[in-house]
Parts: sequence; C-alpha cells; structure tokens
Amino acid sequence: MRSYVPAYEMETPRDLSDALERLAREPGVWKPFAGGTDLMVLLEAGKLPHRRFLNVSEFSELRGIETTPECVTLGALTTYTEIRRSEVLAREFPLLCRAAAETGSVATQNRGTLGGNIANASPAADSPPALLVYDAELELVSLNRARWVPYQGFWTGYKQIGLRADELIRAIRLPRGMHPWNHYYRKVGTRRAQAISKVCFAATARMDAGRVADVRVALGSVAPMVLRAVETEKILRDQKLTRENLRAAQDVLAREIAPIDDMRSTARYRRRIAQNLLAEFCATLQA
Amino acid sequence: MPDLSRPAKGRKIFLDCEINGRALTLEAYPMARLLDVLREQAGLTGTKEGCGEGECGACAVELNGALVNSCLVPARQATGAKIRTIEGITGGNPLPEDHLLGERLHVVQQAFLEHGGAQCGICTPGMILAAVNLLARNSNPSESEIREGLGGNLCRCTGYTKIFESVLAACRAIEFPSEPQR
Repeated sequence: MRSYVPAYEMETPRDLSDALERLAREPGVWKPFAGGTDLMVLLEAGKLPHRRFLNVSEFSELRGIETTPECVTLGALTTYTEIRRSEVLAREFPLLCRAAAETGSVATQNRGTLGGNIANASPAADSPPALLVYDAELELVSLNRARWVPYQGFWTGYKQIGLRADELIRAIRLPRGMHPWNHYYRKVGTRRAQAISKVCFAATARMDAGRVADVRVALGSVAPMVLRAVETEKILRDQKLTRENLRAAQDVLAREIAPIDDMRSTARYRRRIAQNLLAEFCATLQA
Repeated sequence: MPDLSRPAKGRKIFLDCEINGRALTLEAYPMARLLDVLREQAGLTGTKEGCGEGECGACAVELNGALVNSCLVPARQATGAKIRTIEGITGGNPLPEDHLLGERLHVVQQAFLEHGGAQCGICTPGMILAAVNLLARNSNPSESEIREGLGGNLCRCTGYTKIFESVLAACRAIEFPSEPQR
C-alpha cells in the first residue's frame, strides 16, 4: 500500500557543508536522497522506513568525471547516462559502461546515480561487480573529515555497508592502467531489457604467454552481497587455461558463492549459470 | 537510536517550475510524486499512471530535457525544473498542412495515428515522450536504437511492432517532409 505522503519530509540543504552538518547533528534521522529510483519505489510500496530526506541531487561537489594520470574519479551523483556517454570510461573501464547500459531503462539511467547504487547496497545491483573488478575506492565525507576506503570489503552484510550515519559518498575512484586487460561482463535476467539480474558477472584478466598473469572476478545476485570471487581467482592466476584448471575453478566458484531460491530464480540455476559464465569468460581469454 | 518513523510535520511547499513553457507555482507535499502533482495540481491528466514503480514508463515526462518516470520524482526535486508533458508535445510538425490528419500534431503523434501505434492508449503518452526524446538525441535511429530508447515503456496491446513502425515512419517524415506519409 502506498505511503502517507504528508508524513514524509524532504529538504534541500544550502550546500554540501550544510548537508553534512545536518547529518552530523542528527545522525540517522536524515537520509540523503539522490535520483530516487530506489527510494521512491519503496515509498510507493509503503516500505520506506526513513521519514526525512536531504535532497543532495544538486551539489556540484558530487558531480562530474575527472581524469588524472593515475585515476578516473566519478562524483557520486554521476548518472548511468553520464557513465554511458563518457569516452574515458568507454575506453578504459568498459564494464562500467556495460553495467550502466544494462541498468533499467533510459528514464532510470537519467536519474539513477552511481553513489545511490552503492548506498542502496542491493546484492542484485549491476554496477558493483564492475566496480569491484576495477578495484574501485570510495571517498566518504563527513563534517570534519574525508576518507578513502576500498570498495571491496565496504559491504558488511545484506544491504549493509560501512557508511556511517554522518557520512556521504562523495566520489568513486578507479585506478587507471586497465586498458590492456581483457574485460568481460554479462548479466543474465529474465529478459533483455530492464530485468533484475539472476546472475551478474564481471571479470578482467591480463594474459602473458598463454598464462593468466592476473585475474579479477566479481558476481552479483549470488550471495547476500556482491562479491569478488577471490578463491576462484587464485585457482586461475599464474596458470594456463586448461580444461582441468577451468573445471577446478568452476568447482571452487560453486562453493564460493551462496545463491538462494527466490522470486527471480533458483540457487541451482544461479550456481550453474555462474559456472557457465566463468567458462565463457575463460573462452574469451583463449580467443 | 533515533526514531526514524516519527512522522514529519506534513507541510506543503510552494513549487515554482515551468511546465510546457508556462511558469507555474504549485503547492504540494515535498515527497508527493511529480506524477500526482501534474495530474491533480496542474490538471495535466495526459500523463498516465501504470505501475507506480518506474517499470512501465506510462508516466514518462521530460525533466530539464531528460526523459524521466514522473512517479519516481518527488515534488521537491522538480523545484525550478522545466517539465514537458504529452500536452506540450503537440505542434512543430514539419509535414505540409494537407498531409496532416486533423490537428497539427507532433510528427510522432501523427505517425502513431497512421500506423496503429496506439490501441488502449494508456502507454501512448509515455511512448510518445520516449520517442520524441529519442529523436531529439538521435534523429536517425536504427531499429535496435528505437527498441532500446523505448525499452522502458511497456505496452500490453500492440505487441510493439506497430509502435516501432510508427517511430520509423516518424523518422522518415522528419527526413522527407514533402512525401505523403499515408
């Protein structure tokens, strides 16, 4: 049932420091609100626990894509549409562009933000697997300090992240140098457009003389949180891609993930698809 | 732990915006859906509600030139915005007068009429908005680009083929305005 709208409040702070001041003064009371593509759905379903929102969608400090020799840094308010249109991301971080293109429709991509996707912390989100294989780091700002944390390990449980109540995600930083790597992304859903993932798989690898010099694999929708398959990576790393090694990696992957039966799929299907996508990824490396 | 569920004060806000080229001041709760504000405050009932959760695109409008689902936009975030609804789409048709069916509709509307792109009509305003927005960004889209541009708009009548044909016809009409379209 729809929520009772007059019981909800939304204010637009003067600027970022005003917003951070409010978050510090009443931690947990105010929730930052960006594109609304997740929060408004909860409002409609009568499942929005917070009552007070800070409209952060207009802060220029949270916008823009900046490139330095070391990193590409995206403001937390960068929309999926902006990600899709970025030349540097298309060239160096194509999986993030693929993820943005596979997230919702044009209307959703125009409103949904990368920072919002991270803060919403859905295990079925499509951008986190791409961010994880690119070793993304997050800048978290509060009234008196800013800190950078690795995205890997930021998740603490189902829909739980290490963001304090007085903090805001300001930016997402991707270390450059991924250009020569192989990049692979595939989302499996019920249909091509606008589906929520049954399995989302992102991977990168660097090949050297027929061996996997380095490899990163991340999956969504197969565990309480999006995860890096570090044990699977260990099996593949420094090895030739033989049939036996692939089989061993698939076995480890099946144990490393923890899919469930739910309205969108079954644990068995998800496990099998995850293994198949690993095989497809490895096949692209041999090509 | 603060009480997150304590109801807010429930005050309406005044909302200055521009809808279809007209400056308006509307009154709404800050978290009211733009969809409801348009329909109930501005009286623009052309924008439809389908799913109410951003899946179907029936409530699509342009917000500062970008296609959005108005069911997912809180009134507060429409403050100062330029909004275009289906009521603001009419006009701007490059076809000569004698090629038009009745009113001077937008070339996309005209094409939907001529090619059976509308049946029950609930999805039509959103479809038209998505198509007009797509053509503004890309005046000569491929069929797959049309499918992607309209991918967020669900239709349960037409099976989509006639909608794609309508949009392709609109592209042709823009490119070759002097040829009869019927």
